[in-house]
Amino acid sequence: MTFIPKPKISHPSLPRNELGLTRRDYEGALSTLCAGCGHDSITAGIIEACWGISVRPENLVKLSGIGCSSKTTAYFVSGGHGFNSVHGRMPSIAMGANAANRDLYYIGISGDGDSLSIGLGQFCHAIRRNVNMLYIIENNGVYGLTKGQFSASADIGSKAKKGEVNQQPPIDPVLLAMNLGAGFVARSFSGDKAQLVPLIQAGLKYPGFALIDVLSPCVTFNDHEGSTKSYAFTRENYEPVVEADFVPKQREITADYAEGEAMSVMLHDGSRVLLRKLAADYDPTDAHASYDYVQQHIAQGEYLTGLLHCRPTVATEFHALNRTPEQPLNQLPFSALNPGSRQLEKLMARYR
Amino acid sequence: MTSTDTSHPDYFHKVVDCQWACPAHTDVPEYIRLIAQGRFTDAYLVNRHSNVFPGILGRVCDRPCEPACRRGRVEEKPVAICRLKRVAADHKDEYRDRLPAIPTQKNGKKIACIGAGCASLTVANDLMPLGYEVTIFEQFATAGGLMRTNIPSFRLPAAVLDEEIGTIVDMGVDLRLGQRIDSLRALLDEGGFDAVFVGSGAPKGKELNIPGRNEAAANVHIGIAWLESIAFEHVQSVGKNVLIIGVGNTAMDCCRSALRLGAQSVKVMARKPRQFFKASEWELEDAEAESVEIVINRSPKSFVLDNGRLTGMLFEVMEYELDARGRIVAERVAGEEFYPADDVILAIGQENAFPWIERNLGIEFDKWDVPKVDPVTFESTRPGVFFGGDAAFGPKNIIWSVEHGHQAAISIHLRCLGKPVSERPPRGMNLQSRKMGMHEWSYANDYSMTERKLVPHVSLKERFKKINIEVELGFTAEQAAAEVQRCLNCDVQTVFDAKLCIECDACIDICPVDCLTMTAAGPEEELRTRLKAPATNVTQALYVSDALKFTQRVMVKDEDVCVHCGLCAERCPTAAWDMQKSWVKWPHAADHVV
Repeated sequence: MTFIPKPKISHPSLPRNELGLTRRDYEGALSTLCAGCGHDSITAGIIEACWGISVRPENLVKLSGIGCSSKTTAYFVSGGHGFNSVHGRMPSIAMGANAANRDLYYIGISGDGDSLSIGLGQFCHAIRRNVNMLYIIENNGVYGLTKGQFSASADIGSKAKKGEVNQQPPIDPVLLAMNLGAGFVARSFSGDKAQLVPLIQAGLKYPGFALIDVLSPCVTFNDHEGSTKSYAFTRENYEPVVEADFVPKQREITADYAEGEAMSVMLHDGSRVLLRKLAADYDPTDAHASYDYVQQHIAQGEYLTGLLHCRPTVATEFHALNRTPEQPLNQLPFSALNPGSRQLEKLMARYR
Repeated sequence: MTSTDTSHPDYFHKVVDCQWACPAHTDVPEYIRLIAQGRFTDAYLVNRHSNVFPGILGRVCDRPCEPACRRGRVEEKPVAICRLKRVAADHKDEYRDRLPAIPTQKNGKKIACIGAGCASLTVANDLMPLGYEVTIFEQFATAGGLMRTNIPSFRLPAAVLDEEIGTIVDMGVDLRLGQRIDSLRALLDEGGFDAVFVGSGAPKGKELNIPGRNEAAANVHIGIAWLESIAFEHVQSVGKNVLIIGVGNTAMDCCRSALRLGAQSVKVMARKPRQFFKASEWELEDAEAESVEIVINRSPKSFVLDNGRLTGMLFEVMEYELDARGRIVAERVAGEEFYPADDVILAIGQENAFPWIERNLGIEFDKWDVPKVDPVTFESTRPGVFFGGDAAFGPKNIIWSVEHGHQAAISIHLRCLGKPVSERPPRGMNLQSRKMGMHEWSYANDYSMTERKLVPHVSLKERFKKINIEVELGFTAEQAAAEVQRCLNCDVQTVFDAKLCIECDACIDICPVDCLTMTAAGPEEELRTRLKAPATNVTQALYVSDALKFTQRVMVKDEDVCVHCGLCAERCPTAAWDMQKSWVKWPHAADHVV
């Protein structure tokens, strides 16, 4: 926790994006998390990503539940819309907001407690309904806000700060999301912004539910020897298998890649995600193959990272499936929103 | 690029831009903090330790520290360092009892200083506490040299001079006023001195030899001599129309003096455009505020006389062609113009002159007829004879003279001890953490957005009533309190320990000015291109750490615009970053370990 406010002064040659804004314009309130918390790095990654793709601050909706992770929506893009919901209920709020206005970017910030314990049901249904949002789990394996009990993502054999060993199997949000049919599933690490920032950009642009499970060490309760979510353990064991670049629609893909090494997935606005495999025997666009691949490596104790699975799911996206109007509800005329008492009578008559 | 050796005393010293730029290496941030705490006497003594004349320099220093100030790179204007120095001097209490005691038992060595200016006085200041007997010979009836004769009293009051010179003289210096040295041979042969320091300044103003100069002699004056005559009240009036030739700081003093002697129209005639002016920007501003007109691109051609009396000057109107870097590549004369004048003051430079030094004393002179002086030891080619101040390398300014005096004093001390003068006492650097506890740092690290405060001046109506009304009033208490907070505390250094870093990115994320990056090591030039913010100011160092333990990357810090807010250390979970106050040890004669 920091008591000195971040000075308003910035580097004199700070670059500006298409909107004429600097990275500093995407900052939020002062973080009150512990010094060295992975969550703060993710926050910085979100700031960098939103600045990079010139998201208008007023077009961003930030949603969260309860927990250390859920505090962080206050720490970025103070010009965006924010909703801090009940514990584990962020997906419902996100879905409601998204149903009412499809023109905005939705970013939900959750933790392993918020999403994998109390909010697991909500999390599953948001995937199932393919809500067009970026869902970030800041995953540290402990309940940090209640002083470090194991969470549902703690690995078997991982040690708590006082030495207790976890014996219950973890829920892996990546496998769960793939299992439920999510089209954009990634894993990353708070300490690797080069990987994380393009993932956030691609996830924001992806039409449908995009999950990024970010390993985010808890510097206070889970950064000791014996923890499998410490900075040291993560650095040693995480393995990027797929590099994802976010390519805005104006930019050509210029680099040359060996055949089969790079594949691009088109997003709805003409931008693309460029996937570069670092492992030859792996097809991240195939749902079954990527599930098997990730599962096998988890069994071997490896954290695969990168955009582990990506395929277009436009047809099953929430709005497409429910045939909602293209305009946000607040822009529809009253007559369209309210068919009138005569129509209601007709409708009711069908059930009498 | 290999990792940075921060144990070298110069690394952190350079980070304190003001202190590095100051010839005397004054610990500026330290005294500014003391002013902030209301400890004016302590602030004065920190100053006096290095620059000896804080009250004088707080008014008339050339302030090399201010263009160097990091604040000027972060926002537009540097901290008003010089004027804060004056605040310390104006509000100090008695301090003489805190100066080193002067031994009553002398060491038996006698030193002669020629000229009672800032260089000689500094030599005396450094040597008296060591038991030397110092004699200063001064041609005039007052001490101070050009500080008294060339700087007008409306910029530097006599009382300030008297006090700070008095402090040194009262150490027991044998000050011989009105004793001009006409022969160095006589002094060396008959004086019985163990060493001689020549601090006689650069007393010769440059001439302008154009037609009419001799005929108009009665109304054409050499700037520094003219200022001297004003200081000694030999000149008390001047004509209605005055032209000043030259646009250095002496010209600024001349034009403002002319106004106070009753001139109604004063024009400063400059040969070149404004960007080539030698005068400090603030001196130009002060002169222009007093309605002095500065005319550019006018090159003197001749003095015009009528019936043997000066009526004005003829100038060539110059045109210049500049290249892309702003340098003059061609010039041509576009015409001629006449400017009326009753008096003309020549302020086109000055040089040192040594008609009183015999050329067969073993003191070698170079092709410009100035003595060869070692730039480190300040010794001439004759052992035991030293030069300093303007006498050494031509006109500079007071703060340079003071540093010359310090260095010459070291040499004199070594010479008298029978040691080689090249054996300089070593420089050093101490660091001490400013961490007091959780979120507590013993310095004010909140960044103040306050803009530079302007020093209040006496009104234009009041200031001309007498020649010695000091124009600048000094900061008010409120202004000083705000201005001190603008200092970035560059001496509270960001010190990194690579062994402790867990590569969590916290410091990089929080840094308000994006000066930190963790990246693969590489050659400096290439490294500068891939930092979080471009590191284009190559005059500022890159700090590069040892390899970090998990990824073998390095922590790189671009020192350029770091505001020393301490957030990197505040956010660091392992205290790999710490904020540590640096003390530069810039040795003086007293620091020599015998």
